[in-house]
Amino acid sequence: MKGNSYLPRKLHSLLGVIPLGLFIVEHALTNYSAFEGGQEGFSDAIHLLNSLPLIFFMEMFIIWLPILFHGVYGLYIAYQSDLNTGRFSYGRNWAFAWQRITGVITFIFVAWHFYDTRIQLALGNVSHEELGQHMNNIFSNPWAIAAYTVGVLAATFHFANGLWAFLVSWGITIGPRAQKISSRICMGIFVILAAMFLLSIFAFRSDEFATAASAALSAVSVG
Amino acid sequence: MSEATAAAPTASATGRKVKFIITRRERPDAPSFTEEFEVPYRPNMNVISALMEIQRNPVNAKGQKTAPVCWESNCLEEVCGACSMVINGKPRQACSTLIDKLEQPIRLEPMSTFPIVRDLVINRERMFNALKKVKAWIPIDGTYDLGPGPRMAESKRQWAYELSKCMTCGVCLEACPNVNDRNSFIGPAPISQVRLFNAHPTGEMNAHERLEALMEEGGIEGCGNSQNCVRSCPKGIPLTTSIAAMNKDTTKQLFKQWLGL
Repeated sequence: MKGNSYLPRKLHSLLGVIPLGLFIVEHALTNYSAFEGGQEGFSDAIHLLNSLPLIFFMEMFIIWLPILFHGVYGLYIAYQSDLNTGRFSYGRNWAFAWQRITGVITFIFVAWHFYDTRIQLALGNVSHEELGQHMNNIFSNPWAIAAYTVGVLAATFHFANGLWAFLVSWGITIGPRAQKISSRICMGIFVILAAMFLLSIFAFRSDEFATAASAALSAVSVG
Repeated sequence: MSEATAAAPTASATGRKVKFIITRRERPDAPSFTEEFEVPYRPNMNVISALMEIQRNPVNAKGQKTAPVCWESNCLEEVCGACSMVINGKPRQACSTLIDKLEQPIRLEPMSTFPIVRDLVINRERMFNALKKVKAWIPIDGTYDLGPGPRMAESKRQWAYELSKCMTCGVCLEACPNVNDRNSFIGPAPISQVRLFNAHPTGEMNAHERLEALMEEGGIEGCGNSQNCVRSCPKGIPLTTSIAAMNKDTTKQLFKQWLGL
């Protein structure tokens, strides 16, 4: 590829944390409200988000465009790397390999998840109020649960390990001690975020969302 | 010492052999193949002395006469970097690799990150080009006597000395998953040299030129933080610390450029 890749690489690293890292934390918190507050808590959280001003432009500039750049350029970065964990089976080299593998998985997962939820909203097939039931419907399929579990683990690892790499790439953690401490903190972030997402998958499967789903379905059939 | 020398003839008399599987290639564009060798064991032998034995008696394990295996070496004390090769899967110097410490059969391969010239001989030209690109020297020439330069603090000299041990051997590039045909990454060694020359009180006067060279295409940006380099460096140079420090300095340089400072 021609041209200087210094700025795109720096931008790729920055966008992964700001805004995409902030977005994944927000997403985990919103989903977790389904675990903590059930149907009502989740509806309130969705309502809160949608009552934000200029929400469409925020989605576009804080989520969609950064994801598009980070995802497409990230695939190119993954293509530029050899995986040599067979010869060098060090922890950090495994993290390097997993960063690329989870990046590709996350790219596919996010594309599917975006189609399944945000596009369906835009097409008018689902309303904001029905999102909880919609997720319950999706998780009635065990394969979808498996796919979401893999996708969520990939995305949260990719973010947490990417945050560690961001701190190195921008020259914030320089020495081995700083990098070791930050790697522990980042793996802590991975565990917490992954647990929050997995608990929300578990919550969406509960009867509460199911009855709401069947109520919505019967309402549709009556209507 | 005297015991070891006295033991030498008896050891070879026992007929112990050292097995080698060597990846060979006749010309740069020729296909590679492997050839096995059995070399008489001598105490304290290293990979180079085994290769010399093959050169003296170029007969493979099947007893066929073959072309002697080519390799490069100079100093034989791990300071020149010429004899780097992949030994039992890890890139290292053949001179400081002792046969007694290796599992057999011993597999020798060229460091294929670099263009292969013949057998174990590689062309490390890209490393020397990288040193030119980042101006890894200190300009002191003038049209008149410039006088003495500023002094370097002893505490700084001590850590800078560690960086100066780099022998451009290429092991860090061979270990790096981002040094390949699809990636323009300059590699760990020259980045650490920028840190070395920018730490020098006189070299510091041209620090921005070296940082800007790292910010061009084929500079520092390709580092993916696999950190294999620091684990592989035979001289124990803190390469990942150098890379992170240069990440910091190039980031600062970037903001300086944008803000016109």
